[in-house]
Amino acid sequence: MKKKTVLLALISIVMLVLAACGFGGKKEEGTKDSGKGKDSKQDLNLVIPSEPPSLNPQLATDSTSGAVLRSVFEGLTRVDKDGKVQPAVAEKIDVSDDKKTYTFHLRDSKWSNGDAVTAKDFKYAWEFALNPKNASEYASILYSIKGAEAFNLGKGKVEDVGIEVKDDKTLVVTLENPTPYFTEITAFYTAMPVNEKVATENKKWSAEGGEGYVSNGPFTLSDWKHSASLTLKKNDSYWDKEAVSLNNVNIKMVESEATANRMFKNNEIDFLGSPFQTVPLDAIDGYKKDKSLNIEDYAAIYEYKMNTTGEFTKNVNIRKALALSIDRQGLIDNVVKGEQTPALGMVPTAIAGFEDDRGYITDNNLDEAKKALAKGMEELGIKDAKDVKINISINTSEAHAAIAQYIQEGWTKNLGITTKIDNSEWQVFLDKMSSLDYTVGRMGWIADYNDAYTFLERYDSAKNGNNDTGWENKEYTDLMKKAVKETDEAKREKLLKDGEKILMTEFPVAPVYFYTNLWVEKDYVKNMAPTSLGEISLKDVKIEK
Amino acid sequence: MINYLLKRLAYILVALFVIVTITFFLMRIAPGSPFASEKNFPPEITAQLNAQYGLDNPWYVQYKDYLVQTAKLDFGQSMKYKDRSTNDMISESFPVSLTLGIEAMLLAVGLGVLIGVVSALYHNKFPDYLATTIAVLGISVPSFILAGLLQYFIGLKLHWLPIGGWDGFKYSILPALAIAFTHMGFIAKLTRSSMLEQNHSEYVKMARAKGLGKWTTVFKHTLRNALLPVVTYLGPLTAGVVTGSFIVEQIFAIPGLGKYFVTSITNRDYTVIMGTTVFYSIILLFAVLLVDILYSVIDPRIKFKGAKKS
Repeated sequence: MKKKTVLLALISIVMLVLAACGFGGKKEEGTKDSGKGKDSKQDLNLVIPSEPPSLNPQLATDSTSGAVLRSVFEGLTRVDKDGKVQPAVAEKIDVSDDKKTYTFHLRDSKWSNGDAVTAKDFKYAWEFALNPKNASEYASILYSIKGAEAFNLGKGKVEDVGIEVKDDKTLVVTLENPTPYFTEITAFYTAMPVNEKVATENKKWSAEGGEGYVSNGPFTLSDWKHSASLTLKKNDSYWDKEAVSLNNVNIKMVESEATANRMFKNNEIDFLGSPFQTVPLDAIDGYKKDKSLNIEDYAAIYEYKMNTTGEFTKNVNIRKALALSIDRQGLIDNVVKGEQTPALGMVPTAIAGFEDDRGYITDNNLDEAKKALAKGMEELGIKDAKDVKINISINTSEAHAAIAQYIQEGWTKNLGITTKIDNSEWQVFLDKMSSLDYTVGRMGWIADYNDAYTFLERYDSAKNGNNDTGWENKEYTDLMKKAVKETDEAKREKLLKDGEKILMTEFPVAPVYFYTNLWVEKDYVKNMAPTSLGEISLKDVKIEK
Repeated sequence: MINYLLKRLAYILVALFVIVTITFFLMRIAPGSPFASEKNFPPEITAQLNAQYGLDNPWYVQYKDYLVQTAKLDFGQSMKYKDRSTNDMISESFPVSLTLGIEAMLLAVGLGVLIGVVSALYHNKFPDYLATTIAVLGISVPSFILAGLLQYFIGLKLHWLPIGGWDGFKYSILPALAIAFTHMGFIAKLTRSSMLEQNHSEYVKMARAKGLGKWTTVFKHTLRNALLPVVTYLGPLTAGVVTGSFIVEQIFAIPGLGKYFVTSITNRDYTVIMGTTVFYSIILLFAVLLVDILYSVIDPRIKFKGAKKS
């Protein structure tokens, strides 16, 4: 008897557990049917590689979150599908003669809950980002605003930040320096507005989708199943809703590139390419063959940083030898295969004014490299090239390893130096780089705004958190300072190019290639090409079946 | 029995304490910080983040905080997923892994025992060879290869089942198969060998001599004794399977708990590491306890230690 009761108890426990099980999605069936109305054609299916770490515009830091935020929120300005800045929530922008005061006149627009979007919402959101208490990792993008940096670093007061609400429809922003790309920053997600009332009432308003997630962009976040999927719906209170074609955007979170690629082939998704997952390396050749692969320049650089305090890399000639003896074209053709451009300067060709080669170095220039190496060894008092020991630090990834091996082979064969590859996982790697515990290390840099300054500014001082090389040059620092103050476009570009030239003679970093954006799409998807910053504006996307 | 249970519960608490302690120190010895990012931000912001999560306290204060948190089963905010608490992450993803795990368990145990019994009954005949081949294949083909193959052939080529995602029962079939296959092979081998052992024992011969049918003997007599090693294996299997498999969840894009074990470590997401580790330990420890109780149901010769005296 006793045994039977125990058995019964066990069975009932198992039944209970089974009853509690859920396969998810069942509740949705009702809405799915209603969604199959007349316009179900205008549905777009996408995948992203992971759960967005944060969908709070001021706390987000990554491209996955950014892709979603750009569709559900709208800043004062918006970058359209051609990469041009367009007025958005701001109808008209007045810029003062010294280019330091921007007056934004807001149009009548509404939040998804019906409230009016006011200048106060912008002030609230920007001050939230700058408030050191909120530890926003991307706050520095707003540093061009007067007093913003001091407040963010805990050295200034919020009252001194140059954001002023004149009335509900007028926002006056005072800048520290004339910043020609400021209207691009106002389109960036950190500068997007937040409904002050909603955010102060519920501190965790951005943790879940649905009604509580109040936004002002072309779409609303109607559903967020954590780690599984996001559903965006056309926002009926959006001011420009006539221009929005899509009704629903279904985004699944698929971590594996291979799975995402199979889903694309199986017609489960309509687009594959950053930021909506990536075309896997081993699938590129196939898509190239059937001519469906799209390639566009991308304002991003893949680079090998050199520790200028390192035993060998402290010598400028050794650094030069290393930088010159990389066979970039060979690397692109044989390893990375995405028709990238060999990087012979520090600013990608996708940036306006930097399209042409500035002629600093030539690719795989072995003669010059060998000369530089000989000179460097003499300066360091080294007889045998074998004694020059270079460690290439990478974070663990097949792609980075393949690139490192290719470069290692070139260095060993052509220069006769000893190289080793040292890989570590991402968080450890980042620590090593910033504490200068490396010799040569790979890094990538993607522009946040379409301007050369985002690439060059990193080296303005050894203390700059994105420098990571220990390199500093007074002339360079001065050039950057001047460029920031310069209001004349042509003169500014000249200053930046002069700066780039210094980088390309001292080589604190060896540029490797400028990225391209690769994507495939179903032929009924229109207007979905990413901009040179790798952003996709879902507002413009159309389905023509 | 109550005494026995209380004693086991005390052991579980001690084990948990040891696990939390070791996890805490291993986590701190590992290099890398949860807030390192490609685009650097000012040290002031890093300091602010550290203060927010209490990482600026001396280690003994942090250790104490973790112990208190664990005792309250409240693991705090995730350091990577800014608006999410570890508890939410576990409570949302565990049911998914549990569902998939139970489905896989039923498949593994059901098919495994069946294959084992068949191969034992037809010892050294064709069904035995066939079953053994299947079992060995199951053990030796890793789940990620099987997952990829299933996805490619059944999902992409035949269009029978979806390739990935989690949107209803049909989405769970392929991943459940991928998880179950290895365990099925193992269970089949275990069942086969212990069935063979039992088949030579006298009580089975006796039952057959009495004229009981082949299958009746199996279900009434042999299987009960033959299943003991399988039950032993079930404890850790349950804990492993219901908490999700990283690789299978990744391949089939399933929002389960398995991936948090791995990604939280690479992200150095301390709170989530602690939460998932403690959660997994609790499940494992209780699964083992449950198995010990099951023993006595299946085999009356086994008694609880505490029960002897009463």
